[in-house]
Amino acid sequence: MATTTSLKRPSEFISTLPGDDVRHIMWRFADRMDLQMVLQSARAVARGAVARLVANGGRNTHDWTAQKNELLAEFDASGITSLFMTPEQGGYIEGPKNLALALVAYELAWVDAGAATGSLAGFLALGPIHERGTDEQRSYYMSRCIPAQPGEDRVTWRGAFCLTEPIPYVGVETGLLNGKVRVAEWEDGKEPIIEVDKRGRFITNMGFANFVTAAVDSGDPRIKGSCMVILEETDPGIYDRGTPTRKLVHQLSSTCDPIFKLQVPASRIIGGYTVKDGVIIPTYSHGEIIEAVFRRTRVTVGIMTSAKLLSAIEPLIRYQRDRFRGSGAVQPGSPRYELGLQQKQDAIHRLVGVWATGEASASLGFTAARMFDDLDPLEKEKDRVLAARGVGGGTAAFKALRKVQKDAVEYLKLSRERESRRDAARLAALEADPLVKFSLLDALANVFCPACKLWNTGHGANTMREAVSLMGGYGITEDCPGFLGHKWMDAQLEATYEGPEAVQRRQLSVTMVNEVFLAQYRIWISELRDIAARKPGTGACALATAMQMWLWTAEHLQVSKDADGDVLYHSNRQGVTFPLADALCWLLAARSFILDVLELEAKGPENPVVAEGLPGTMQFFTDLCHVQTARAAGEVGRICAELVFGYNRHPAWDDPDYKGCYRTDELISLESLIPGLASVAVDVVDADGSHPTKAGPCAGAAGLDQFTKLRTKLDSCMTGSALAKERAAEAVTKIMIPAALDYPA
Amino acid sequence: MANSYQVVVCGGIVPDPLQTLEPVAGPAGPALKNEMMLPAVLDPWAGHALYEAAALARKFPGSKVYLVSLAPKAKLQQVMMTIAQRVPLELVALDGPGGGFTDSAETAAALAGAIQGIAGLDRSKLLLFGGWESASRGAGSTMQMVAERLGIVDQFQGVDELQIGEDGSLRILERVEGGQHQVSVCDAPPALLGWATGNLGEPANNAQVGMQNMRTIMPSLQKAKPTQLKSGIAFASVALPKLQRETRIVKDASVDEIAKEIADWAAAE
Repeated sequence: MATTTSLKRPSEFISTLPGDDVRHIMWRFADRMDLQMVLQSARAVARGAVARLVANGGRNTHDWTAQKNELLAEFDASGITSLFMTPEQGGYIEGPKNLALALVAYELAWVDAGAATGSLAGFLALGPIHERGTDEQRSYYMSRCIPAQPGEDRVTWRGAFCLTEPIPYVGVETGLLNGKVRVAEWEDGKEPIIEVDKRGRFITNMGFANFVTAAVDSGDPRIKGSCMVILEETDPGIYDRGTPTRKLVHQLSSTCDPIFKLQVPASRIIGGYTVKDGVIIPTYSHGEIIEAVFRRTRVTVGIMTSAKLLSAIEPLIRYQRDRFRGSGAVQPGSPRYELGLQQKQDAIHRLVGVWATGEASASLGFTAARMFDDLDPLEKEKDRVLAARGVGGGTAAFKALRKVQKDAVEYLKLSRERESRRDAARLAALEADPLVKFSLLDALANVFCPACKLWNTGHGANTMREAVSLMGGYGITEDCPGFLGHKWMDAQLEATYEGPEAVQRRQLSVTMVNEVFLAQYRIWISELRDIAARKPGTGACALATAMQMWLWTAEHLQVSKDADGDVLYHSNRQGVTFPLADALCWLLAARSFILDVLELEAKGPENPVVAEGLPGTMQFFTDLCHVQTARAAGEVGRICAELVFGYNRHPAWDDPDYKGCYRTDELISLESLIPGLASVAVDVVDADGSHPTKAGPCAGAAGLDQFTKLRTKLDSCMTGSALAKERAAEAVTKIMIPAALDYPA
Repeated sequence: MANSYQVVVCGGIVPDPLQTLEPVAGPAGPALKNEMMLPAVLDPWAGHALYEAAALARKFPGSKVYLVSLAPKAKLQQVMMTIAQRVPLELVALDGPGGGFTDSAETAAALAGAIQGIAGLDRSKLLLFGGWESASRGAGSTMQMVAERLGIVDQFQGVDELQIGEDGSLRILERVEGGQHQVSVCDAPPALLGWATGNLGEPANNAQVGMQNMRTIMPSLQKAKPTQLKSGIAFASVALPKLQRETRIVKDASVDEIAKEIADWAAAE
């Protein structure tokens, strides 16, 4: 029976660009009308006010102009500003908001990521208060940040998050702070007044923020450790917004280098404090707060770059098709007129590469966003359970959860065993344990968040360059439809802010070898084989092999040493850990994409809008999966091979006794025992010491047989992937696109 | 002055006007290529009517806006994600064919039936709104027939403005030739107003309104009555309006010269 892998040409092609109904299913919010409305609302702002501002040159100044400021009112009116809040606080969506925020970021970044950043920066400012603030702090600031309702006479407060400091302080190392907090006054029986002294750098929303959540370290023995403090513009002292940052990108967000020297009551310490032996002890260090905040907000940043890539598809197709139209020499109806540059294989193959990357990164990002929606209630439950057991925060909680990890791994093992063999009671007990549930999901979230931020933005920026190049010279002009040049530049900032690539790689180097993550990862390999059996055209089999190779490499590196006997997998050996982290991201993105496409296959028939063109859509997406999987497998193979072999010393001709070589006289005698040996022996040293002209005897693979077999297998697993690319490319020449872009450009 | 109104807006959906529209022959007659998959919007003419209805309802507390729509349910749901955020409304959904290739008499019968089924409808407060034509085919005949079936004899087409007098009378501006308006005064509802563009801009999305509307819209979509229209109409041929762009850059032409050229071109067409 023919399968998609053996088809030269599919019988059906994707008809139109994937619409909202397709995305609702793939990104799993088909049953969430609230989110669908939020998406439409953000889209109207993005393709309306934001697009007009960009088209009119609004990005051509560093200053926060009146025109840029009008966007805030647009965000307020459309519900974007109040999205972060609970209904009790004046919001309108119940429950966790990670997916909702991701969708808003996606829609805004479809047009301009600076606008997306501006809208999200307010949430970032509120994040510390939301995650770790006291009830009073939450109630006070959230209610002031809700846009004024009709009849209300008040200013809507805007916030800024102030962590980064001028060089050489906070940058990659967020654990170090130069901003200080000291006790200014402390009268007996009264609340202490603290003085915050902080300089910020690259602080978003600072041009108009009414309050700031600032990270500071203690500069006073009467305050312990670090904390975050809320500063208001009317506090006594200096609240200097600073000069606008001369950034080249994200010009629709306000960024400044502020200076603060303010006296505030100690009740502004986020999460509150206790006093012990005359020392103020903040409930949370700044590190504990930013960890809770960033692990969520970084996902939305990753999704911004995904949006850019997918937004590039329509303008690119239109540019390619229209390339020769309008010339008297090219007649309507001719292939050159109708297809333009799409007659050329390179143009459409590269476009397929951009599209596949965009899909995979969006799938990875939305998977991560949903993961945090699931994690939020589990995290609260975990805190409740630990508190009930008398386990405090910080190290005590960490130790308690370490023990739970063993239970989580046991649960995974039991769940995979045959029903007749396993201990059903133990399985049920583990399944019902909220700490086990938390541990399982937390292990994934700790990998998916940095992976999404790292791969979507880093590889996304590289791929945006490819997209720009496909537009020719037009791509790097302000006139480029879809603002692709801007988007390329902006992507570089997304790879940098909220933790640059090195930070994400460092986090991954710890979390990706967590036993609970790896236990789940092993299960995925087996699941992908099952998927491959059902849907061979997705490349799931190649992905499973690539995942096996990554796992083998990770395990090997953790127990192996280099040629000098030094440990390979070590936190300081970033030449080992960082590339391995990069490789994992490719795998996670490709897997997420495959799972989303399978979801579309399963749920698509239920929606008449999707069902009509589903065979063509499925064929195209399946082929895109295969393209992306092959690319991921190639990257993983390369990286793993470099790591596995790269730290061994290459044999040299001057090694003692010419280890690994035949001597000529030895070979002659062996030839009589093994006829033909001389013809295959490569590394032969003559009696006078002369040898073949090359670096040294060929390196062996002692102890690495399994790896070399996997490598060979992985290469052959890519069979058919280029055919998939050709099918996808042909589909790109046939797909119907709108007559014009739906936003000014 | 009347205290409140029941404004029933009839509005269909059409493909987003930016989409590539290509007529094709389908099994049941003409259709648009990939129409089901193309993003849809509320017919712009009906949109004007809806926004005017919402503005009227805001002015007269206690008023209520109903949107009666005949369209494929899944597409209608898609459109509601936007429209529901703009104005408070109650949706009356009919799950049936939309687009430009249905018989307006059949469509009118289905819409009138749905309106008659609205519980608690009070004819003394009833204002029937709709577009005076549509962006799908623009036959411009549906609303008259809906009104006739409902027994509404005061009908106004090409409406750009409605003012409510102190005595509750309706002062209506209808478009007539030469860029002029005809002013009519109607004593009281019920009346049909087929809107031209009106004077209102598109309301901004308001998520709070959307969440409120969704409580009734989703149930309405779920119980949308399946509606089959008889194919009592045949199309000899179907084509898109011819697009033509002949751009010339001419400096210092007078208004009269420009007008004459346009008139000559139109006469030649």
